[in-house]
Amino acid sequence: MYAVHPAAVSTELAQFLDLGGYAWKPVATTADVTAGAPPEGWAGAIIRLGGGDPNSESAGGGSGTDAAWAVARALREHAAATLSVLVLVRGNALDELTMRDELFDDFCLDPFHPRELEARLAHLAATSNGGSTEIITYGPLRINFDTYEAVVDERPLDLTYMEYELLRFLASQPGRVFTREALLNQVWGYEYYGGARTVDVHVRRLRAKLGEENADLIQTVRSVGYRLGTYRWR
Amino acid sequence: MTIPSPTIPERERPQDYVLRRVTERRVRLVRLWFTDVAGQLKSFAISPAELEAAFEQGMVFDGSSIEGFSRIAEADMVALPDPETFELMPARNGNGSDDVSARMFCDITAADGTPFDGDPRGVLRRVMDRARAAGYTFYVAPEMEYFLFEPDRVDGRPVPLDAGSYFDLTTADIASDIRHRTLNALETMGIPVEYSFHEDAPSQHEIDLRYADALTMADSVMTFRLLVREIAFEHGVHATFMPKPLAGVQGSGMHTHMSLFADGRNAFSDFGSADGLSDVARGFVAGLLSHAREITAVTNQLVNSYKRLIAGYEAPVAISWARSNRAALIRVPPTRNEGEEATRVEYRAPDPACNPYLAFAVILAAGLKGIEEGYELPPETPPSITGYSDHGGPAYGHHLPASLDEALDEMEGSALVAETLGQHLFRWFLRNKRREWSSYQAQVTQFELDNYFAAV
Repeated sequence: MYAVHPAAVSTELAQFLDLGGYAWKPVATTADVTAGAPPEGWAGAIIRLGGGDPNSESAGGGSGTDAAWAVARALREHAAATLSVLVLVRGNALDELTMRDELFDDFCLDPFHPRELEARLAHLAATSNGGSTEIITYGPLRINFDTYEAVVDERPLDLTYMEYELLRFLASQPGRVFTREALLNQVWGYEYYGGARTVDVHVRRLRAKLGEENADLIQTVRSVGYRLGTYRWR
Repeated sequence: MTIPSPTIPERERPQDYVLRRVTERRVRLVRLWFTDVAGQLKSFAISPAELEAAFEQGMVFDGSSIEGFSRIAEADMVALPDPETFELMPARNGNGSDDVSARMFCDITAADGTPFDGDPRGVLRRVMDRARAAGYTFYVAPEMEYFLFEPDRVDGRPVPLDAGSYFDLTTADIASDIRHRTLNALETMGIPVEYSFHEDAPSQHEIDLRYADALTMADSVMTFRLLVREIAFEHGVHATFMPKPLAGVQGSGMHTHMSLFADGRNAFSDFGSADGLSDVARGFVAGLLSHAREITAVTNQLVNSYKRLIAGYEAPVAISWARSNRAALIRVPPTRNEGEEATRVEYRAPDPACNPYLAFAVILAAGLKGIEEGYELPPETPPSITGYSDHGGPAYGHHLPASLDEALDEMEGSALVAETLGQHLFRWFLRNKRREWSSYQAQVTQFELDNYFAAV
């Protein structure tokens, strides 16, 4: 089920979706993102910037896009990892996309060509693997939870099981500081006997494998613990 | 584009993680590693298709061909890979991904699944378990020394790199290239190093490994020795961990820094005491001093090891401890500025030709004994005292064994070493090493020819 904003869907978009066999539902406001979500979750979203009719003079940039971006942000917060957002944007309003990379996965020029839109939606569905692939990206680091692949600067990291589990845990909440005791309990488990120094040993090994340039991805917070990266990104 | 906070899926078992990595990285060969009693790395390779069975049932191999494993009744042994030690081997010369291989260390059991008492890794595991029962985890950080030589000996003698003109490149270039490659290989295999290097003798190198629990570190030492030798070999150079390859210059040691941690805190540290050492540390050091003579055959297991342990070459001779005397057998480095985590003691006897599993096991057992029995720590050696003779009264009246023969005598009488190694391994070690000593005694050496042939 695709979420489509704004709720006043233009005739040609509705026709495209219906003819293409896409299940869809209009989303008028940020509240609808959660309230209107189907039980299996949104399969994706199409957001048209600046209203329903691309041929009208008022469409495009300006304050008319605020509601659309708010919906996009709500979609991200609702189901960030699984839900791909495609934005329809007029050629004279491409500036709208600047600094908003994190709010959409792809865009298509508006008025759209049905063949192009179809191809882009298919591509998004394929790359998000039907919504089941779990990928974390942080700076040069990328972790795929499905394949257990960790990549830094496009170079595969060959991690041991515990190194991978530690990195995965830290990367699940970037910027958050974990004490060594918390890491020990959550990554190794309470029954583990090694003591908090085990965490130091593994952090050191992870840094060695990340390489000198990226060793500071995992930061020591003096007399507290460790964190991945420097800030939370939300 | 960043996608925040996906839900973390359920965790798989370590062996499933390894199986997936093998597929993802297209690993062609999985090497199963273990160590014989003499400290030699043993390896056999299996295909990825056999891996799942190896995790479930282990791989059966003929133990009778392995030094120290032979027992009449049961030649069949089982190697059980430890999935937490799965690492990809660095590509040779960095070329291509055709021969991707990985290694795992194995624990050895008998065919019926009981742990094999001749497995050095099992010996260390057992002592670590005993320490754990008392609340301690044993952390070690060895300083690995070795020499690089020209590939061929001249008149039977090794030729240090610096002395030869074999290479087109200068020896400094080669040595620094080898060092760079070695460091890279170590770090990509998850063996962090401390970046402090120096050469005390011609062509001698030192790489200090960053602390880890003793079992992990023993695995790392085995990996280290292999990588150093292989990378040197690729450069047409011979690397050796022989304790004293050249007369007249320093030998190669494996000074080992160590500490016990309990409840995440350094049990050796007590900044409230005058010297920063806790009672646990005092007991440990006292135990190590008391049993030093008994464990030396294990920490220094070659005839050649005792050519290093002589006065005048910065190797320990007298059984002593000190904070500011670098010649002492046990040194307590000043760490007050580094914080309590850094408090440690350095045991300077071991050499890099030892079996690291057995060496760490007997060292830990000696230290634990001192803690359990509340041994009294003798006074430390004053800063000014160096060298071999009996200085400063009864506390310094002992020396490390002067030969393998003497060390084996001490070991044979040691209940501590017998209990730590287990009867099977203890007896095999003594028998094997006695044989080594006898064949050495049957030699007529160059020294004898030079000094006696003409003179008498």
